[in-house]
Amino acid sequence: MRNFMAIFNRELKSYFSSPIAYVVIGLFLLISGVFYYLIVSNFVQVCMRADMQAQMYRMAPPKLNVNMMAIRPILHNMSLFALFFLPLITMRLYSDEKKTGTIELLMTSPVTNLQTILGKFSAGAVLYLVMLLATSIFMILLFIFGKPELGPVLTGYLGLFLLGLSYIAFGLFFSSLTDNQIVAAVSTVAFILFFWAIGWVSGFVSPALGGIFENFSLIGHFDDFAKGVLDTKHIVFYLSFITMGLFLSNISIESARWRGK
Amino acid sequence: MIEVQQITRFFGRVKAVDNVSFQVEKGEILGFLGPNAAGKTTTMRILTTYLPATHGRATVAGYNVHTDSMKVREHIGYMPENPPLYQEMRVIDFLNFVAKIKGVGAKNIGSAVTEVMGKTDIENVKNRVIKQLSKGYKQRVGLAQALVHNPDVLILDEPTVGLDPKQIIEVRELIKSLAGDHTIILSTHILPEVSMTCERVVIIDKGKVVAEDTPDNLTKALAGAERLNLVVKGPKDKIAEKLTSLQDINLITSTARKNDLVNIQIESKTKEDSRPLIAKTIIDSGWDLYELKSEGVSLEDVFLHVTTREEGTGQ
Ligand SMILES: Nc1ncnc2c1ncn2[C@@H]1O[C@H](COP(=O)(O)OP(=O)(O)O)[C@@H](O)[C@H]1O
Ligand SMILES: [Mg+2]
Repeated sequence: MRNFMAIFNRELKSYFSSPIAYVVIGLFLLISGVFYYLIVSNFVQVCMRADMQAQMYRMAPPKLNVNMMAIRPILHNMSLFALFFLPLITMRLYSDEKKTGTIELLMTSPVTNLQTILGKFSAGAVLYLVMLLATSIFMILLFIFGKPELGPVLTGYLGLFLLGLSYIAFGLFFSSLTDNQIVAAVSTVAFILFFWAIGWVSGFVSPALGGIFENFSLIGHFDDFAKGVLDTKHIVFYLSFITMGLFLSNISIESARWRGK
Repeated sequence: MIEVQQITRFFGRVKAVDNVSFQVEKGEILGFLGPNAAGKTTTMRILTTYLPATHGRATVAGYNVHTDSMKVREHIGYMPENPPLYQEMRVIDFLNFVAKIKGVGAKNIGSAVTEVMGKTDIENVKNRVIKQLSKGYKQRVGLAQALVHNPDVLILDEPTVGLDPKQIIEVRELIKSLAGDHTIILSTHILPEVSMTCERVVIIDKGKVVAEDTPDNLTKALAGAERLNLVVKGPKDKIAEKLTSLQDINLITSTARKNDLVNIQIESKTKEDSRPLIAKTIIDSGWDLYELKSEGVSLEDVFLHVTTREEGTGQ
């Protein structure tokens, strides 16, 4: 636990003592904010038009659902942006240690690989949590000016968090494979995109196979969260995915030791 | 304190370390000498548990590096060839971090870090960010991280490489001052470094141990090829003739100087010191002996000798 905390603290401090954390959080907020603005202003226009029509025909104004029409697409957008930003956070976790040689310090200190992996993973997770909390300002605005349901927002954020942790776990794995940060980041994005897209092909293959593919789709499991449905099967999926990423990281580090890389 | 038994390590088909064995006693400084790519770093990495050996067995502080690696790690301080420094950290934060992961108790971290900064003389830069330090200071911070938990065994991979002459002297002094309390293995490809700092040398070349002894004994073992410089007053050719007629003495050069003085260099392969015999011979022949000096054999000669013999091109 002590070792884990030492690694975790060092990583977290290193994020916030370099520009990387601020740049990533800033850009993530900026892009999410732009799309938030577009989606919300579009929603407001649709509402106003509907109101006008209702007045014209002397009908009661329709109830448009802000959760469905604004919050859900906003969450989906953020899940995509996270895919491109989180690898920028994870790429250095191991690659940099390999490049500068500090890995020799870690791997000759009485710290287990698992403690190191969990420490690094948790530091990335906390940084991501900060990112998500920063975006909650968008949601707070919606609550001030409208009456969305709270439930789907909370499950949506839980889904976003779990999805992001999956990115981070595999980002860590790809970082453990190479001393080149760019290679680590690009392979992470490619890998995650593959697990996104795996759900799309399910429409083109036999239903049995399609069902399997859909089960592995990273984003497929997110839909229910965004809709406000909390289903343990999705939670279990993400937790398994995360565990797999961390487990592979451990294997990769141990095998690099044997190969002398 | 350290026992290495027939260690071999392959990288693919490259045999970086080939059946290496040696021992280091408690409190000793062992020099690990060899040219580039001899396998020094690889051997040290095996001892520090960074790399597993392909074959063989090694124990450090009584623990097997393979089966008890966490225990070994608690007992060693390691300075790799490139000091492992988190460049963006301040010196003091870095040492606090290292102390933590080396298992120094929370209460003792402050004092351990202060003490090691004193030992390595880096207190005046403790609040500086590491990347802004000079090479010499970085090297000291590298030593400090190896020392902070006061380990029994210190493993230093080319600790003076890349330093300027003044820094080299300082770092060597520092290392010498650590002996006794710590058992030290120090690798280097610089010969004088070994004779200056180490009590015992293991010479390694192409992955194999080619010699092992004290620096003194190694040079003596090669003696038989002791060089002597003489200044004699007398006829140059006659002196040369007389000296070479002695057993196991070969002439290298003789040059005449002013005032009938002659400079003579000879090589002596006698078992015992040949100086009394030579002095007597010259006096008995009626010449005047002005100077008689043994050059000894440098570790350089030993090194060349053992490594070329290994290739089969030398003696
Ligand atoms: N990680 C590695 N992968 C492949 N070959 C290596 C690796 N480390 C060392 N070698 C090879 O092993 C040999 C010994 O290297 P090394 O132990 O670094 O020697 P030294 O430290 O004495 O200069 C060299 O031929 C080197 O190329
Ligand atoms: Mg080396």
